[in-house]
Amino acid sequence: MTTLPSSASSVRSGDGSSPILSVEDLFVEFRTRENLVNAVNGISYTVSAGETLAILGESGSGKSVSAQAIMGILDMPPARIPNGEIWFEGRNLLTLPAEEQRKIRGPGISMIFQDALSSLNPVYSVGYQIGEMFRAHGGLSKKDAKQRAVELMDRVRIPAAAQRVNDYPHQFSGGMRQRVMIAMAIALDPRILIADEPTTALDVTVQAQVMDLLKDLQRETGMGLVLITHDLGVVNEVADNVAVMYAGRIVERGTVDEVFTKPGHPYTEGLLNSVPQVEAKGGRLQPITGQPPNLSRIPSGCPFHPRCPRRRLGAEALPGRDCAGDRPPLRLVVPGREAACHYSEEVLGV
Amino acid sequence: MRVSCVLTEEGSLGRYIARRLLLTVPVLLGASFLIFAMVYALPGDPIRALAGDRPLSAAVMAQLREDFNLDDPLWLQYVKYVGDLFQGDFGTDFRGRPVLDTILLRLPVTAKLAAVAIAFEILIGVIAGVLAGIRRNGFFDNVVLVSTTVIVSIPILVLAFISQYVFGLQLGLFPIAGTTEGLYSYLLPGLVLASGSLAYVARLTRTSIAENMRADYVRTARAKGLPNKTVIVRHTLRNSLIPVVTFIGADIGTLMGGAIVTETIFNLPGIGRSVFDSVRAQEGAVVVGIVTLMVLFFIFFNLVVDVLYAVLDPRIRYD
Ligand SMILES: Nc1ncnc2c1ncn2[C@@H]1O[C@H](COP(=O)(O)OP(=O)(O)O)[C@@H](O)[C@H]1O
Ligand code: SF4
Ligand SMILES: [Mg+2]
Repeated sequence: MTTLPSSASSVRSGDGSSPILSVEDLFVEFRTRENLVNAVNGISYTVSAGETLAILGESGSGKSVSAQAIMGILDMPPARIPNGEIWFEGRNLLTLPAEEQRKIRGPGISMIFQDALSSLNPVYSVGYQIGEMFRAHGGLSKKDAKQRAVELMDRVRIPAAAQRVNDYPHQFSGGMRQRVMIAMAIALDPRILIADEPTTALDVTVQAQVMDLLKDLQRETGMGLVLITHDLGVVNEVADNVAVMYAGRIVERGTVDEVFTKPGHPYTEGLLNSVPQVEAKGGRLQPITGQPPNLSRIPSGCPFHPRCPRRRLGAEALPGRDCAGDRPPLRLVVPGREAACHYSEEVLGV
Repeated sequence: MRVSCVLTEEGSLGRYIARRLLLTVPVLLGASFLIFAMVYALPGDPIRALAGDRPLSAAVMAQLREDFNLDDPLWLQYVKYVGDLFQGDFGTDFRGRPVLDTILLRLPVTAKLAAVAIAFEILIGVIAGVLAGIRRNGFFDNVVLVSTTVIVSIPILVLAFISQYVFGLQLGLFPIAGTTEGLYSYLLPGLVLASGSLAYVARLTRTSIAENMRADYVRTARAKGLPNKTVIVRHTLRNSLIPVVTFIGADIGTLMGGAIVTETIFNLPGIGRSVFDSVRAQEGAVVVGIVTLMVLFFIFFNLVVDVLYAVLDPRIRYD
């Protein structure tokens, strides 16, 4: 048996079981004619059975790209993975032959996307598209596959599944379409489900229903859930652990309860202060000033320093901890909490 | 032109077709009247032209003018013509041969020519477009880009003469004219007739494929772990070919116009050639009959395409 890599993360899932998915020091870049986009810059995380890990970050922070790298569905070129390992059940997906990787997509790891309307093929019925999972991976006949599709549509609580199995994606509401996507993704009982902003395109009430469905399915199957979102409310409600991404890096990681009550990174602090619904440490709503960085020109030192209210530059900085000159590594600050900030202790108040 | 409106109700397609067929009547009447008027406006006297050098007696000429209603005003001539048409009578040419006989005799030639042209559009155009679209900016893509640009920029008349000269005369690969060598005689004229549309089909296919390869649902197909072949054929090609299929369908109706030039240059005895000859001989009944038929084909194939569109793309419904 191959040796499992030592986990890069010190944060463990609740039940302490060993991780199913382990991402190690992953980099993804896009080489275009004009420039080089450093979309993902050395992220590491693990997901265990039954765990929900939220990946939180502003748009453009590399959340989707890292998920697509794990799925092996990035267009290469323009994308390139110069470094990293993605361990799934003892195998590094990045060194696996393409055909072996393909066989893992679906039964091993599967993914749902933000916009279910554009993510479903408009010219095939939903039953056909769900059934494809069984035909491609299980060798089922078209008829049997459709029967299984009906069962799955029932399972994701689409009303009148048997009547609707031959309907086309455009004939469903947004919430029902996302359920079709979910049915497709869980068809083969994956160990890991990556949900990339699964409710962003939906109404608030429908959002809650879809999240409830995902949580119920996770409880039934014990799958690990990677929930990509920029919605702190969703994270707060459903996730066990959270990894906060900024400029293609993880800048803070810990359990949701701890991170949301006591953030250890000024960026996380800023996110919490900018939304009303989550009980932040103190006081007024205050959006983070400035724009997210352009990933082809990431600022030197701490990538967050141009926007950071706590930054210390030049003479103010401690030796080797100049926010504009020295890049802060992701480090263990207190037990169970990692942050990539020179002055994390001050943020935490420890 | 194309009605796209989401409608779940069954049977709307049947009503749509019926309404389109009904609309065909005024279109055909209008088109045939225009053609009729143009032939009427042609300079010269067809009877005199028919007579050539032989002098005809005034009585015979008067009789002929009478038979063909040539002394009636335009509108009356037209009404009489349409009246006959509704009884299945396409009239006769000045030599007394029924126009319908001419059409029935010559239509198969044009049908074969059009079939060969469409086959070229599908075989060469679609395949070249698919290959170029899958490997965008590759060598083959550039070859397609350059060659289609060249083809599109040359008028069909010039293309016909050049290919006749090069492939027929110089290389001796194909017969230059006539239909004596069966289907083989149709290859060169078919290719020339198809050329413009073929280039367009290649471009359309390429663009459509390139666009679809970036579609979210293709990404989903890959995320589902479908084999690469399935991703390309089922989730990229199938969607990409919808506009191509509909273009080719509509093009069957359009090819008839090109057939006039192609059949004349390659001396194929089809209805296109008939139109050309009849215009020169001022055979009004033949010109109007055939051109009206061409318009009818055009309308018919456009209707077929609209129906086909709804079959291929479930989002399209007709109301
Ligand atoms: N095909 C591509 N070519 C170039 N840059 C890309 C491509 N796809 C994504 N990117 C870049 O990668 C960065 C991260 O994008 P993404 O992972 O989608 O962010 P998000 O966190 O919003 O999901 C963005 O700056 C985006 O411009
Ligand atoms: S390292 Fe400096 S700039 Fe970066 S988050 Fe910490 S305090 Fe702010
Ligand atoms: Mg995203």
